[in-house]
Amino acid sequence: MVENEIKTLDKGVIRSLERVVGREAVLWRPEELIAFEYDGTIDRARPQAVVFPTNAEHVAEVVRIALDAGLPVTPRGAGTGLSGGAVAALGGVVVALTRMKRIIEVDSENRLAVVEPGVVNLELSKAVASYNLYYAPDPSSQRVCTLGGNVAENAGGPHCLAYGVTTNHVLGLEVVTPEGEIVWLGGRARETPGYDLRGVFVGSEGTLGIVTKIVLRLLRRPEATRTLLAIFDEVDQASAAVSSIIGRGVVPAALEMMDAEVIRAVEPALHVGYPLDAGAVLLIEVDGLRETIAEQASAVREVCDAEGAREVREAEEDAEREQLWAGRKGAIGALGRLAPNYYVLDGVVPRTKLPAVLREVYAIGERYGFPIANVLHAGDGNLHPNVLFDERKPGETARVLQAGAEIMRACVDAGGSITGEHGVGYEKRSFLKWIFSDADIAAMAKVKAAFGSSELYNPCKLFPTGKGCGEVSQAQVDRVMKQAGPDAYI
Amino acid sequence: MAGETIDDRPSQEALSKCVHCGFCLQECPTYLQLGLETDSPRGRIHMIEALTDDKISATPTLTQHLDLCLQCRACETACPSGVEFGSIMESARAMIVQSGEAPWSWKIRTRLLAALLPYPKRIAALFIGLRLYQRTGMQWLVRASRVLRLLPGGLAEAESMLPELPARRFEMPSGDGDAYDRTVALLTGCVMPHLYPRTHEATVRVLERNGIGVVAPPEQRCCGALSLHAGDRLTARDLARLNVDVFLASGVEAVIVNSAGCGATMKEYGELLAADPAYAEKAVRFSSMVRDVTEFLAELPIQPPERGVEQRVTYQDSCHLVHGQRVRSAPRTLLRSIPGLELVELEGADRCCGSAGIYSFAQREMSLRLLDEKMRDVASALDLRTGRWPDTGNAPVIATANPGCMMQLEAGLRRHRLPGRVVHVVELLDEAYGAAGG
Repeated sequence: MVENEIKTLDKGVIRSLERVVGREAVLWRPEELIAFEYDGTIDRARPQAVVFPTNAEHVAEVVRIALDAGLPVTPRGAGTGLSGGAVAALGGVVVALTRMKRIIEVDSENRLAVVEPGVVNLELSKAVASYNLYYAPDPSSQRVCTLGGNVAENAGGPHCLAYGVTTNHVLGLEVVTPEGEIVWLGGRARETPGYDLRGVFVGSEGTLGIVTKIVLRLLRRPEATRTLLAIFDEVDQASAAVSSIIGRGVVPAALEMMDAEVIRAVEPALHVGYPLDAGAVLLIEVDGLRETIAEQASAVREVCDAEGAREVREAEEDAEREQLWAGRKGAIGALGRLAPNYYVLDGVVPRTKLPAVLREVYAIGERYGFPIANVLHAGDGNLHPNVLFDERKPGETARVLQAGAEIMRACVDAGGSITGEHGVGYEKRSFLKWIFSDADIAAMAKVKAAFGSSELYNPCKLFPTGKGCGEVSQAQVDRVMKQAGPDAYI
Repeated sequence: MAGETIDDRPSQEALSKCVHCGFCLQECPTYLQLGLETDSPRGRIHMIEALTDDKISATPTLTQHLDLCLQCRACETACPSGVEFGSIMESARAMIVQSGEAPWSWKIRTRLLAALLPYPKRIAALFIGLRLYQRTGMQWLVRASRVLRLLPGGLAEAESMLPELPARRFEMPSGDGDAYDRTVALLTGCVMPHLYPRTHEATVRVLERNGIGVVAPPEQRCCGALSLHAGDRLTARDLARLNVDVFLASGVEAVIVNSAGCGATMKEYGELLAADPAYAEKAVRFSSMVRDVTEFLAELPIQPPERGVEQRVTYQDSCHLVHGQRVRSAPRTLLRSIPGLELVELEGADRCCGSAGIYSFAQREMSLRLLDEKMRDVASALDLRTGRWPDTGNAPVIATANPGCMMQLEAGLRRHRLPGRVVHVVELLDEAYGAAGG
């Protein structure tokens, strides 16, 4: 998306970087850099060099060398993010953490682990499974996404409804600041005195520094788990059931929703048993003590039946349960079967507003002529409308961005927000003004400055304006904002 | 075929299925080793797309990244979007070869394969030479003198991959085909008759034991997989056309393959010959007849073996069976049907062992990294380091479903001085039927 001019990178800078991390850990040839121009979204920008450090000292030196040479620095994990966060918007040096993937320590008695940022989310749970422990936050990309990236984006996931998001599981962080210092925020204890800088850092989207070590809480595996699939003819029935379940006082471990378009993508790909003629399905999981979850499972069944579910199935064995989840977790990737591109949005609305907002989302899709596939962390009121399109068709991308802006606006108007878990990143920063006043944003900028962050440090992320960033989607956003009227939300 | 003008390149439609979600990353053996997007399925697809759009050119750096791909297709199993990565990589390599801009190593490779694979007599001569080398003491002399270490390219390690060649080669027994109600044809393949005649012999015995007559049309040729993977689709197509004619004329109900790499290729002849009006339909019909031997036997189902095999066995999925043909349970079902056999699941069983056709020679360093990890997992699954096994007389077994994997795993046992033996699944069945023991 970003057509930035590729400046020639000084060979001297490459040599300096190579001296720190080794020759084979610096990529700079154009044909290689092209493989680092994307993350999981539609944003594209090519870095001028990609560096693969293996320890915090290397990270610190690499950051110093790049900034001293006047080059932007952008951190990157597995590159599975969904807001353009790992895209090197202004070129420069990408610091890729994929080679820092050691699990340094597992302290099973204190139920914590110390890991490097490149450790893949699910690999941690696998590594501690023998202690009957696991790491709770489970983004859909957990098989591939890194814990460092999870910290940067404050990642969520289906089970965050009951267990909380990443920040609730991070005890401490070793961080390389934008000035190249190595500092600890938080530690191994549950509480630390003074400012909660750990809390500030989690979810800062790589604008305040690069994580090099993470102390994470581990949880005991629940005694029992039951997974249900409720099948509805209409989306409205399913979204009404979501509110009713929570209204009944049941807080499931996970409460997910997929609409017909998503089912159409997932089922042929993964054969998980979602009926192709359903209007929507809810995937509901309850866990805990065997006795209590039996009660919860039957309450969930009753509510779904009352809201008009066609059928409520339950996974009989682990393999079946894994299948049902494989469908949910592969949902967004499977959309590639329906269209060459998708623009994934990450709105949050009050649960009770879900039916109305979803109706609005479909109406926007119809108005623009784009199919929209919806997958929701419904229990959290977190919806992911995916606008399906083909970026090779002239003008489509611009229209998709405009449709996306209207959807975001609908979420904000319903009293919600522009991101639940994917982050603002490069892509959604224009929408920030709908949520925050200029004074709010200025206050955040002061925090960024306090960490020693500069214009070159992960530029064009999170903040609505930035030097040289180009307001990519601003024109579309402005149009939608004008339609909505001034200060529609704030 | 002279004058062929098919312009091979990955189609835009195939490429655009990749939405770069990254779900393939953790299944890709080279990404796991290197952590580089350039050596991941997603990165390779993106580079190939840029290449087809002329945004970048086929520099040595680029072709090296494409070369490092094992073509194991584990990414296809992981992909929620249904990207056909194997086909994309094959046609990308073909595009580079046909453009004339391929690196010299690619040109030499495709020409060598094209000069060898279609000619059974040349292959036989090569194996006679290799056997002489092993048996006349020359191999001993070469190894003792360490002369290979003086030569570039790690020839010494390549040479050590070669298993001890058997004294005989496979000859199809002239049985009574009419004695059976059902008849299948066996793909004998290019190297199998010379490297693993015992696997073919076991395959024939096990099929016959289950009431299936076996023929092996003598006019058949190599399936073309090695040429296809190297980017020489023209040679691959010539071989495919020949095999389609030969096997369709044989009038059998199925074509049985005990080499997973060949099976995957032959099941995709339909796609390979899609642009050839004379063969497109025939090729699809042929492909629908191709069955891996484990798949065919499990579908029968087989007569339960009565004798049994008192052994601890682990199964290494052959990539082109599990990822290329999506056959995962059939070999396990067969192994579990053998009385006395203890099947231990191998951690990462569906991750490539590093064999990958000629990869173990062409990309030795990466191949050995993968092999060493594989042997660590094998040793722990089979409990090989306890020192207990050599005494029992029942050394544990690694079963697999492809000759390349067998060769690589045998080299792995030698390299790590581990006890045990490597067999094709069908050989264990054969033993369980008591055929091998007489």
